[in-house]
Amino acid sequence: MQNEELKNIASQVRRDIVRMVAAVSSGHPGGSLGCADFLTYLYFEGMKHNPENFSKDAKDEDVFFLSNGHISPVFYSVLAHVGYFPVSELATFRKLNSRLQGHPSTDKKLPGIRMASGSLGQGLSVAIGTALTKKLNGDNSTVFTLHGDGELQEGQIWEAALYAAANKVDNLIATIDYNGRQIDGDLDDVLSLGNLEAKWQAFGWDVLSMNGHDFDSIRETMQTAKSKLGNGKPIVIIMKTEMGQGVDYMMGTHKWHGSAPNAEQLQSALNQLEETLGDY
Amino acid sequence: MEFEILGNKDTRSGFGEGLAELGRTNPDVVALCADLTGSLKMDDFKKENPERFFQVGIAEANMMGMAAGMTIGGKIPFTGTFANFSTGRVYDQIRQSIAYSQKNVKIAASHAGLTLGEDGATHQILEDIGMMRMLPNMTVIVPADFNQTKQATIASAAHNGPVYLRFGRPVMPIFVKPDAEFVIGKADVLTEGTDVTIIACGHMVWKSIEALKTLTEKGISVELINMHTIKPLDVDAILKSVAKTRCVVTAEEHMRNGGLGDAVAQVLAQHDPLPQEFVAVNDKFGESGTPMELMTKYGIDTADVVAAVEKVLARKK
Repeated sequence: MQNEELKNIASQVRRDIVRMVAAVSSGHPGGSLGCADFLTYLYFEGMKHNPENFSKDAKDEDVFFLSNGHISPVFYSVLAHVGYFPVSELATFRKLNSRLQGHPSTDKKLPGIRMASGSLGQGLSVAIGTALTKKLNGDNSTVFTLHGDGELQEGQIWEAALYAAANKVDNLIATIDYNGRQIDGDLDDVLSLGNLEAKWQAFGWDVLSMNGHDFDSIRETMQTAKSKLGNGKPIVIIMKTEMGQGVDYMMGTHKWHGSAPNAEQLQSALNQLEETLGDY
Repeated sequence: MEFEILGNKDTRSGFGEGLAELGRTNPDVVALCADLTGSLKMDDFKKENPERFFQVGIAEANMMGMAAGMTIGGKIPFTGTFANFSTGRVYDQIRQSIAYSQKNVKIAASHAGLTLGEDGATHQILEDIGMMRMLPNMTVIVPADFNQTKQATIASAAHNGPVYLRFGRPVMPIFVKPDAEFVIGKADVLTEGTDVTIIACGHMVWKSIEALKTLTEKGISVELINMHTIKPLDVDAILKSVAKTRCVVTAEEHMRNGGLGDAVAQVLAQHDPLPQEFVAVNDKFGESGTPMELMTKYGIDTADVVAAVEKVLARKK
């Protein structure tokens, strides 16, 4: 796909995000905006998947797990635009009886979601399990995950990191949204991750890094990651992003991690984000 | 009524045999263990199916998440560790990734309750039935002996949905026939009687059978029910029995709070309010000791079942 097309989709996804959270005065716009480019790339170019015919078992399909479930707005918008469910359903986000729960869930049967997430730190373990089942089934497709950087403060992540390296789970590509911010402030002030690249290397992973707002960087890095599949090591990509990317007043701060814009702020955000595919 | 003792074995060995049989008959069954393969009696499965056995190390949270993920693609994972590390340590992982996500994971929990013995209270979980039965989508099974644990293990694999399967460490008499039919959610009425209903699970079924001798000698007619499935609870079996007996004793190796007794009390309160006495641990942590010493000290022995029956009969109008 041309970068221009991906940029157009990501711009609409960003509009959806701010409109969705503003409509219910709740939700997590900051990380959602920061991951819009990555998830757009992954679902429109990077993954082999079948939106028209969603199957829970994902046989011969790549699988993605959103471990940091609070950035559900970007996930839902991308899933809708790529064809898992009608874009109009984004209007139900966080409302009673909606399939678009505050954090992703399976019990409302929203196509595209195979695991609940929200309580942090669980998605890497889940992804390892699915990756192992794929190996047992002789299924050569790949498992992808996305994690917040603050999420890496959860101990279960490092249990999973140990396991995947020790057991050569090499059909797995994890990505870290490294925006350096979390609810209470800058990540380094809350609980520093220290040398993150060295940590993953020490745990036995193949470590790559990319700019999460540059489609050339994303494409090149994802292609490199895929070329390393099957080499006996799990792969992690440290993706540098800006929380709130695309909305000037949401950038450079942690304050929009979990706050919705008011009507005036929404208008200001929408003025900065081109409507490319039509608002829902 | 005489109960034939068919042998003496631990319920965890029943799990081990059931899992090994599943390994031979169902290629989708996989097993994960957190460094307790021998304690959980998973060695045969491991030896016969090395490609379907996953040693995860001492990392139970990761094990639960992995098990949930393995169901995507059709596997039926059994996780194996002590009951304490199968529940309290990983409640949030079970809640989000297994129960809420409706994943077909079987949580095999050994060394439950006081009869874990000498390791003491850090390992003697008495709250696990309560935690697991509170979770929507979760089935909770507490089989009574070796044979029934084997049968319950096999039945769990055939059941589509999350299952908590609780069993224990000590060697106990076997009284369930090896070819008995095990149906999840359908209680076994072991003796029919008219004076009192005893509803027990796990090791307390045998303790209740022991109590029958004394109670029969006292001329008390007991209906003894082995309630091996705590959730979904066999409400019909309870109501049918109490329609005759008009009083209940529940017996479990668990806290009074949250366990089988609470579940039965809910049924009575809603459908047929009747006197109930509870044989269970009363809001205390355990301690080191032999399994049988602990059952005596913490009030879940044969004599406690007898005393509870006498007390409930005195309350019965």
